[in-house]
Amino acid sequence: MSILDSKIPEGPLAEKWNKHKAGIKVVSPANKRKLEVIVVGTGLGGASAAASLAELGYKVKAFCYQDSPRRAHSIAAQGGINAAKNYQNDNDSVFRLFYDTIKGGDYRAREANVYRLAEVSPNIIDQCVAQGVPFGREYGGLLANRSFGGVLVSRTFYARGQTGQQLLLGAYQALNRQIAKGNVEMFSRHEMLDVVKIDGKARGIIARDLVSGEVKRFGAHAVVVATGGYGNVFFLSTNAMGSNGSAAWQCYKKGAFFANPCFVQIHPTCIPVHGDQQSKLTLMSESLRNDGRVWVPKKKEDAEKLRKGEIGANDIPDEDRDFYLERRYPSYGNLVPRDVASRAAKERCDAGFGVNAEGKAVYLDFKYSIERLGKKVIEARYGNLFQMYEKITDVDPYKEPMMIYPAIHYSMGGTWVDYNLMTSVPGLYSIGEANFSDHGANRLGASALMQGLADGYFVLPYTIGDYLADEIMTPTVDTNAPEFDEAEKSVTARIEKLYNIKGSKPVDYFHKKLGHVMWNYVGMSRNEEGLKKAVQMIREIREEFWKDVKIPGELDNLNPELEKAGRVADFFDIGELMAMDALDRKESCGGHFREESVTDDGEAKRNDDKFTYVSCWEYKGESQEPVLHKEDLVFENVKLTQRSYK
Amino acid sequence: MSKFLTASIGRKFIMSISGLFLVVFIAVHLTVNLFLIFDDSGELFNLAANFMATNPAVKIMEPLLGLGFLVHILWSFFIEYENWRARPVKYDKKNTGISSSWASRNMLILGALVLVFLVVHIIHFFWVIKFNPEAMSTVVVGGEHMEDTYKLVADLFKSSVAYDIFYIFGGILLGIHLSHGFWSGFHTLGLSNKNWMSRLQIVGRIYAIVVAVGFSVIPLYFLIKF
Amino acid sequence: MADKILKKLNIKVWRQKNAADKGRFETYTIENISTGSSFLEMLDILNNQLIIDGKDPIAFDHDCREGICGTCSLYINGRAHGPDTEVTTCQLHMRKFKDGETITIEPWRAKAFPVIKDLVVDRTAFDKILQAGGFISVNTGGVPDANAIPIAYDDAEESMDAAACIGCGACVAACKNSSAMLFVSAKVSHLAKLPQGKVEAKDRARNMIAKMDELGFGGCTNTGACEVECPKSISISNIARLNREYLKARFSE
Repeated sequence: MSILDSKIPEGPLAEKWNKHKAGIKVVSPANKRKLEVIVVGTGLGGASAAASLAELGYKVKAFCYQDSPRRAHSIAAQGGINAAKNYQNDNDSVFRLFYDTIKGGDYRAREANVYRLAEVSPNIIDQCVAQGVPFGREYGGLLANRSFGGVLVSRTFYARGQTGQQLLLGAYQALNRQIAKGNVEMFSRHEMLDVVKIDGKARGIIARDLVSGEVKRFGAHAVVVATGGYGNVFFLSTNAMGSNGSAAWQCYKKGAFFANPCFVQIHPTCIPVHGDQQSKLTLMSESLRNDGRVWVPKKKEDAEKLRKGEIGANDIPDEDRDFYLERRYPSYGNLVPRDVASRAAKERCDAGFGVNAEGKAVYLDFKYSIERLGKKVIEARYGNLFQMYEKITDVDPYKEPMMIYPAIHYSMGGTWVDYNLMTSVPGLYSIGEANFSDHGANRLGASALMQGLADGYFVLPYTIGDYLADEIMTPTVDTNAPEFDEAEKSVTARIEKLYNIKGSKPVDYFHKKLGHVMWNYVGMSRNEEGLKKAVQMIREIREEFWKDVKIPGELDNLNPELEKAGRVADFFDIGELMAMDALDRKESCGGHFREESVTDDGEAKRNDDKFTYVSCWEYKGESQEPVLHKEDLVFENVKLTQRSYK
Repeated sequence: MSKFLTASIGRKFIMSISGLFLVVFIAVHLTVNLFLIFDDSGELFNLAANFMATNPAVKIMEPLLGLGFLVHILWSFFIEYENWRARPVKYDKKNTGISSSWASRNMLILGALVLVFLVVHIIHFFWVIKFNPEAMSTVVVGGEHMEDTYKLVADLFKSSVAYDIFYIFGGILLGIHLSHGFWSGFHTLGLSNKNWMSRLQIVGRIYAIVVAVGFSVIPLYFLIKF
Repeated sequence: MADKILKKLNIKVWRQKNAADKGRFETYTIENISTGSSFLEMLDILNNQLIIDGKDPIAFDHDCREGICGTCSLYINGRAHGPDTEVTTCQLHMRKFKDGETITIEPWRAKAFPVIKDLVVDRTAFDKILQAGGFISVNTGGVPDANAIPIAYDDAEESMDAAACIGCGACVAACKNSSAMLFVSAKVSHLAKLPQGKVEAKDRARNMIAKMDELGFGGCTNTGACEVECPKSISISNIARLNREYLKARFSE
């Protein structure tokens, strides 16, 4: 038995989950009352898990760094959520959703997990409707669907452009109900800073009360980490300002393997960076590519004039416009998957055809669809997005094309988990974006929401019982145990160390610097030389950070700079591991593009012979190199093919 | 129900019920008063005034009306105090004119000014009619002896321009108060939705204008004519 | 259009060390801000300047910076979320300000939203109101098929209009009475417009209003300021519905 036991059940793919559920242990209601579970993070995964576990009778403590659980970044998801309901009678099925997802992920995810995800997806929609999520409907009163990139059926359920918000509010309502009943104790404005292990099992966490600065101990029989992704390692991303990888990183340091860190998703349609003072990138929904045409000028001199502001987009006649996606990928055109669209935009800009002052933007033009469909139709479809674009850029997209550019959006990589969603630390679970499990090397649109809720509502509440059934004799965890002492001491020591550096530069300075390195060398396009350089540069910036960062304010007060410093300190380590993982994976797959692995016409080339595995990194200590373990991916139900969108 | 009356919506419910009751009263009051300008002999007005003074239904309504005024006034101070307490530290800079009308924000001030007007108004007329009838002359209309209320009103409006202006001012104040109060009363009772809200607002504004113009036109008439 | 540079701005901002501190205004000067910067980016720049100068940066709440999480909450130049409509503070851009201007920034002011530090306020009162009844009592699993209950298109749309609330608290901040009625009515309407939500409608209205009153919010006087300042333009017609739901609930007792 390898060190990595994925615990994938035997048997045919379609029967695995049912067979597994039938085989795992169940805790009696009387015993559930005695068992405590900590859930960190209150996004779709965390809120749904905390509510569902509390409904089952477990005593739950839930944590979020935000001022309210409702503000977790799941709220920002726009487009929709997939489910194999086949309400449209277009021959959708669990298998088709499974197949699309595994193919979309460029064959780097586990078959069994993805199939289970597809299998429980219809239940999610039922659950959400029962909670009062106001999904879009047809005039007959039944649910409406839309289609999303890379898929041949209509299976995406949506609530205008605010699907993530509505799903999260549904989960938050369920959570609120359990808080009111006293089954969940909610700790908002608390940040998890360490996980505590006793006798090898996760038994609690150390968290800092962000208002009082107090470092506190919380014990439980199991710990669930649902803390999202680490996209902010790039400084500029579509993640929330507070989104961070620190909780997952502490798990890694306590023995949980970190899987596929180099798999991050770059979303092609974001509002481009302006100047050097920007703090955050804003996503424009993928749905815009249904009616917008992407182009740059054919002539370099036109691009130069655009950059200088001498001419506008509308001054360039149609024959001088290069609709490069339609040119390169005639069959999919503007609707190629996210990774392909992103790389193509970067290629054009790198070749000198970028259209904004920085030369890092392409046009997304609605002129043609307005001519074809009329302004009213376009307004009905995208009015709110157009309004948002205008508020931010002061440009009217009905009159001038939008400028867009790719940005970091989602992390497919994350804490390694087995089929039960348990990490390599017994009793420590990871769900939602925080784990690595379902999206492989690239995530399809509308599947992140599906995964978060599948894990929280329908997977974890079953699988955690299998572990907790053996814990019914474990008394309430004593937070005075020496392991808690030690964990608290190390957390406090680290905070004090950071605070006492009293250097000369604010945290943002270092974070931006790290972000530049990550974007330039570990971003959309990677090569061996650059990745090695990145590792070196990250180490240098980290060293400078630990010598020269300046944290103002007090330790025993609300101190956003101190919070940021802790998160950025971990981002250095995460960034380094990402670069190392990217170095190891000498193939191009999904969002991971190695310039050394391309087809003759410049497209991404996978290497299934050598890299059909999950990279699982094991922490070995502060100044030790981490060890790579490989979980081989076995494909019994799908045939691996090279993706082509020509 | 006790919980209802102490709840914030319950308190507002009382304001709205009493307010809408007063809206009805004002409509009746204005109708009667307009007889002042349609018949310079005063006969029509005196007939109406006599009817109001002797009709048993009106007699029953009179104390209710008093109660309505009392509740509306007292409750407004109470509610305003409670609302004031909900923001112990005030803003340094306010730019509220963009988001709401002056009248809606200043209903208490408007109401208090209307109250001042009301007190003077009661002393002028209601008090005299009710408790000092000896000061009034009598008149015969259609064979019936009655107090010459017309003379009481007309004399006052003819006696001084200041009174006229005071009453014009009072009418306008009441109109402004109603420009918000009318639809707000319906809104609080839940008798509104996204379609009816704007309709009620329009009706409310029309009503407010009718009240303001209607009440001011009377002293104005006397001011210009005599 | 093309970004300009605001050469100098005076930032008059509320500083308060913690909940117990009395607090005061302080004015800082900031130079060379691009009109293309967001308001919060301007504060980031000011904060980094303060840190370098050895001063405590200004604490303010923010997170998603794309107008949906509802965390940012600044009262700018006398208006909730500043001088623009249908935006949150994070979507407000500096092109709305003039060179040389003094910009006054205050926290949300309400008894129910006590200041934690500087511009950060405690909005857990909103969570408490929702915990009192802002949900449908269904457990995970065992629910009917999603298409088992047809819902009229218009009802679903109206429900969604109300559900768009981001819980930022601008309604309370903008209201002269610090009333939370728009917030409460948005949740009550969201659920009341759906058949699933009707089952518990009476308890929901009673309990949420009781909690709202208990937490020290003021009453509604229908000024409509909340609707204008709401970044999601939630209509005050929801307040009429809440009143109706509440009266129905109380009169059926």
